[in-house]
Amino acid sequence: MERDYSAVRRPDDVYFFATCLVDLFCPEAGMDAIQLLEREGIRVHFPEDQTCCGQPAYTSGYADEARAVAKVQLGLFPNDWPVIVPSGSCGGMIRHHYPKLFAGDAALKAKADALSERVFELTEFFVKVLKVNWKGSGATKKVALHTSCSARREMGTHLHARELLGQLGNVELLNHSHESECCGFGGTFAVRQPDISAAMAGDKADALKETGAEQFLSADGGCLMNIDGTLAKRRDSFRGQHLASFLWHNTERQGEKA
Amino acid sequence: MSARDNIFRKLRAASTTTLPAPDAAISAHYASLPRTAKDQLAQEFAEKITAWHAEVHAVPRGAWLDKLKEVLAAKGIATLLYAPATAHGQALEAAGIAGLKPYDRPIDEWKQELFENVDAAITGTRGAIAETGTMIVWPDATEPRLMSLVPPIHIALVDADAVVPTLYDAITQQKWTAGGNTLPTNALLVTGPSKTADIQQTLAYGAHGPKELVVLLLTGEAQ
Amino acid sequence: MSNNTTHTLQFVPGTEFKRRAAEVVANPFLRKSFRGAMDFLMMKRAAQFPDPELLERQRDLAEHIRRYSLSKLPQLLEQLEANLTRNGVTVHWAETPDEANAIILDICRRHDTKLMVKGKSMVSEEVELNHAMHAAGIDALESDMGEYIVQLADEKPSHIIMPAIHKTKQQIAELFAAKVPGVSYTEDVDALIQIGRDVLRKKFMEAEVGLSGVNFAVAETGTLCLVENEGNGRMCTTVPNVHIAITGIEKVVEKLEHVVPLYGLLTRSATGQAITTYFNVITGPRREGEKDGPKEMHLVLVDNGRTQAFADEQLRQTLQCIRCGACMNHCPVYTRIGGHAYGTTYPGPIGKIVSPHMMGLAATHVLPGASTLCGACGEVCPVKIPIPDLLIRLREEATHDAKPGHAPLVGQGAGKTAFASFAFKGFAFLYSRPALYRLFTWTATRFRFLTPAKQAGWTDTRTPLTPAAKSLRDLLAERQNRR
Repeated sequence: MERDYSAVRRPDDVYFFATCLVDLFCPEAGMDAIQLLEREGIRVHFPEDQTCCGQPAYTSGYADEARAVAKVQLGLFPNDWPVIVPSGSCGGMIRHHYPKLFAGDAALKAKADALSERVFELTEFFVKVLKVNWKGSGATKKVALHTSCSARREMGTHLHARELLGQLGNVELLNHSHESECCGFGGTFAVRQPDISAAMAGDKADALKETGAEQFLSADGGCLMNIDGTLAKRRDSFRGQHLASFLWHNTERQGEKA
Repeated sequence: MSARDNIFRKLRAASTTTLPAPDAAISAHYASLPRTAKDQLAQEFAEKITAWHAEVHAVPRGAWLDKLKEVLAAKGIATLLYAPATAHGQALEAAGIAGLKPYDRPIDEWKQELFENVDAAITGTRGAIAETGTMIVWPDATEPRLMSLVPPIHIALVDADAVVPTLYDAITQQKWTAGGNTLPTNALLVTGPSKTADIQQTLAYGAHGPKELVVLLLTGEAQ
Repeated sequence: MSNNTTHTLQFVPGTEFKRRAAEVVANPFLRKSFRGAMDFLMMKRAAQFPDPELLERQRDLAEHIRRYSLSKLPQLLEQLEANLTRNGVTVHWAETPDEANAIILDICRRHDTKLMVKGKSMVSEEVELNHAMHAAGIDALESDMGEYIVQLADEKPSHIIMPAIHKTKQQIAELFAAKVPGVSYTEDVDALIQIGRDVLRKKFMEAEVGLSGVNFAVAETGTLCLVENEGNGRMCTTVPNVHIAITGIEKVVEKLEHVVPLYGLLTRSATGQAITTYFNVITGPRREGEKDGPKEMHLVLVDNGRTQAFADEQLRQTLQCIRCGACMNHCPVYTRIGGHAYGTTYPGPIGKIVSPHMMGLAATHVLPGASTLCGACGEVCPVKIPIPDLLIRLREEATHDAKPGHAPLVGQGAGKTAFASFAFKGFAFLYSRPALYRLFTWTATRFRFLTPAKQAGWTDTRTPLTPAAKSLRDLLAERQNRR
């Protein structure tokens, strides 16, 4: 499963696939991700026609509907630039599941295979392709990190996010119990099995809070909304932040272009 | 159509292509693992089976009867089941061990006695496995299956020279299945006394089989 | 008879699953106890696999062996049958639970027995053998300590490896004191085990028939391999005059050598043990001149929906399973709700992918959906069954008619709802039309104050999902204008 990065060169241009959740529910995370990329001297292209990767339909067993949506996204990236996704879950969908989804159509399958090869989760791209070396800014912070299951198992995000946070120097990453365990979001699962989902989300919120961190971070909007929504309902002031936003606000900006 | 016919009809209706046999991959896998040096195998076996709650006594081949007498005395074993037609069985008889009980007739004739009035049994083994601390028990007409199961204490003789690195080595080197069927009706791997963790994951010994396993590991030159 | 692959004695509709799950989730005592048990098992397993690369090689090998075995399943079953017959074992075939029970009942009746001692067998649970025997006046007594406890409590196993994992020693102490004559309350685990041992030893002596499951059936030699720690399996297969083994048709492998890597992964994945106390390799009943062992031996090979899984190349992977239970030990859903909520013989992730073939999708379609697809199960599966992919596939089969050229599964489309079809059609309509989608986000952000405060199950324990005031494309457009 370990991806081979040896042939991936530092690009001048990338596509940004924001995902529907970021577009509508946490746009500032998308903005911060774009600014982080631009700070590295990369031109970021945002295809206007992007909508959603199709995952909600795919994982619910509605493959035809997922394909209809995915097909639109397949046509959005004509140039051979990397496609950066600020979500391990949606990145994993394009990287691992698009080729399966289009297995029945040779032309689309070829497109899906090619796209799969150049899709990167945001932190993966910073660590493995740009090989950034960032310095933290501001006061020392204690944070906890939750990585979504697909980010962890399909994209290795837990390692990349750790590495980035480790570079900052002023960020203390506190480990929570059952770190690799799911937060109970699971897309439509949260609505179909609300009791089980709530139990999982509650346990995850507890575990993150018990670290004594000031806030928690996640590179996936879905988990973030799930855990934050649970904490907010409890009227707890402990909150999460998208990793891209945290990195944008807590790293030195000398490299930033005027 | 019988159930058998229906099952085969459905299985054959599915499209399958026979995949390459895994034999070479299995053999390569075991060859790739780090191997315990030959002279360390018995030691590794003894350590591992001790960790599985067995009591191990390494004894020179010529002295196992003396060690056995010590064990019998220490554990207060009054009745010792043995297989009279085996070499070790005859040695036991010759040594005049007290309380010997031969397994010399079908179980059907003395089942209750076996379950209720035998303190321990002594059996031979076909060797052992170092990796997991496992004995290879090979019951047959002379040394029946239940000896290593029913009595509360099982005493086993293991030849230190017959310890192999892995189960795979045991099956292949000892040619368990080569040249047609050479398996006994009931070959056994035994790794420690009977145990269970079915109550709140708490380990308890002597669930149904022996509560104690004593291994006499025979070392040194054969006499 | 051939279409009758469903067995609905323990039918648990979706609402029932939800209700039971909610009950466990709301019970802090049960939650804590499952969490503790699963943490313990996960830790034990992890300790057995310190080298991830080696583990990956072992899993690849085990997957290879299982896939190879399934790729020639009909041939291997014929070979197994021929060699078992040559070894003096009578082989029976059952398409349905009823057929399996009838075969076993017939053997018991021929021996005029009222008592059968049982070693652990999930397939016997699957066909509800105890129930069938009881109805015929035969006492089918479980002898695995966990199974014995569960039977004494008149319950079903909640885990395939540790049947009584839902019970504390206090509960077991109370159970023994109440149900075992002459026993007084003790929480001492050794003493409790001794009580079980004493009761069951008498039964091993008395019983005419012993029943067991099978972990691996070896075609080349006609051999049945049983994996256990307690010795009750050996008792059941050795002491009574008749030994009946029951297993699924998928359990066959070609050679004894092929068992070795599977056995090594089975015990390590299941309970974090490098090996079990006993590996019981049975190649036939008592031979001429032998002094013990059963005089008669039978093997009942059960289909019960396995041929349905086998028919499809993807679903066939379900049959790679060696029943280690690691998927349930690592499942965040199983950890929250335990085994009983599922209402199936096999709980947890493996239960979600195998039960639809055994019980039909009508009874089980909610189960594949009751997963976040987190992937923990697939990650630990020793034979690399892609459980999340199979869950998605079964979600599809549960909500759609069979594809052209594909035979429908039993209960195909049973989970179809007009609402879900409409919702996903709407999803596809909206998200495959970029202009419409832009209009949607424009509206959703401008009219965010209209967002409902109650959103299905989401807002029971979370604040409502509310669109941002400006979407990312709004923010980008504004930035563009500023420049």
